[in-house]
Amino acid sequence: MIADTNVTLSRWPFRRVPGDEPEVLVAKLRSQSVTEAWTGSFDGLLHEDIGGVNERLASDCRKYGAGLLKPFGSINLRLPDWQDDVRRCHERFSMRGLRLHPNYQGYGLGGAPFIELLEMATERKMLVQIAAVMEDERTQNPLVRAPLVNFAPLAAALKRVPEARVQILNSGRLAPQLRQSLLAAGHVYLDIAMVEGVYGLVRLLEASPAGRVLFGSYYPLFYLESATLKLQEAGVEGAAREALLSGNARALMAALQ
Amino acid sequence: MIWDLHCHFPGFGGRTPEEAVEDMLRLADRMRIERFLLYMGERFLHDPTEAELREQNDWVLRAVARGRNRVHGLVYLSPAHMRTSLAEFDRCVRDGPMVGVKLWVARRCREPEVDAIVERCAAQRALFFQHTWAKTTGNLPGESSPNDLAELARRHPGVPLVCGHTGGNWTLGIRTVRSLPNVSVDLAGSDPTNGFVEMAVRELGADRVLWGSDAGGRSWASQLGKVMGADLPEEDKFKILGGNLKRLLTPILTAKNLL
Ligand SMILES: [Zn+2]
Repeated sequence: MIADTNVTLSRWPFRRVPGDEPEVLVAKLRSQSVTEAWTGSFDGLLHEDIGGVNERLASDCRKYGAGLLKPFGSINLRLPDWQDDVRRCHERFSMRGLRLHPNYQGYGLGGAPFIELLEMATERKMLVQIAAVMEDERTQNPLVRAPLVNFAPLAAALKRVPEARVQILNSGRLAPQLRQSLLAAGHVYLDIAMVEGVYGLVRLLEASPAGRVLFGSYYPLFYLESATLKLQEAGVEGAAREALLSGNARALMAALQ
Repeated sequence: MIWDLHCHFPGFGGRTPEEAVEDMLRLADRMRIERFLLYMGERFLHDPTEAELREQNDWVLRAVARGRNRVHGLVYLSPAHMRTSLAEFDRCVRDGPMVGVKLWVARRCREPEVDAIVERCAAQRALFFQHTWAKTTGNLPGESSPNDLAELARRHPGVPLVCGHTGGNWTLGIRTVRSLPNVSVDLAGSDPTNGFVEMAVRELGADRVLWGSDAGGRSWASQLGKVMGADLPEEDKFKILGGNLKRLLTPILTAKNLL
């Protein structure tokens, strides 16, 4: 049983990807024993009609997978009245979380809007996911480049909103020192999709407080098996395996209730 | 049967080549990797001196000696030091246990010096492996792109060459070497982006696609996931995970009694 915290619907903007049709995506997730998938939308990177993006996401998550897909709406803090998108995600679509892509939209985590978003999400008991990076900078389209999100200001933001729950997706490229300071600064969670190196997962688990590392595959942009095989490589077994695969995700959602 | 085309020391445990190779084999067993190719020394040197080349190759020779016929070496050469490079080829490949050549980023492989290295490989049926990347962020001055390898491959149409990392930017790399049947691509050392292996097989055929990892800097899991997760027939996966590499290495492994 796996809770995959890093799944995405719709189209990657730069090519078609096996699994970018919702039926195929759901079948693949099922074949790998994924029973819950926290699902954002690739449209959330570049589209400005975020209301439409989130409506389609909610509708596809209802239509496919019989409850397997849990929609995580996109919010673009550079758009006017983004607050209403948060409200709709919560009130109209009953979403349990939001997913941000600051590096595709040109805002930082140091400004007032991000603090306001953290406050709104926390009041509404929603998780805030921030994707650190969606593609290796070395392979990005030269005209559409998005560097790693600067997470340095996140620690101060979490001091202002200490009850906020934030998950950094694709966090594997964060400098270990910064990652550790964020884990210490508040309720920060990570996933394993971009954890690299033969000892990458072992070291991440050793360095992280219990409960903070969640299973996340970044499927369908990454092969799902990349993430599942990491547990085998790291020799994660028994209770630790159960926690990483689904227990930590369940506990996080319970803490938000 | 899984054979890894592409491994290095950094990222694994151990303070000596012997300790490192024991650590590698322990982890390889966990991932069901039967054999792997190892090249370059305890640290990465972009533009090694002659002495550093020899030291790097000494590390690999010690690892291969400990590797119980599951670890094969490629000799690390540099077109910047041709006399030493050819001597190292003779020491490590012609007269030693190594089974091929690794060229990295000291000089681009379209340089004319590289011809002599390719010819040595052809004479010994040794594997020729060239790192390639086509980086949006810009290559190092001596770093080959798939274009550089394609240029070299056109000069040596009968010699099998490996396009390391498929150029990293694999949608470009695959196209660049598509018309050159002597070039195989290495899947190693990039993010496990979905569709990579399927496109490589569609454009090149499964026989020209080789699985490599770039462990220990890369995770064996993330790199195996590329093939395990690909929407391809089992027979293609078998070739990619080891069958093709075994086929390419069979002449030299047989000659050295290492098969
Ligand atoms: Zn490498």
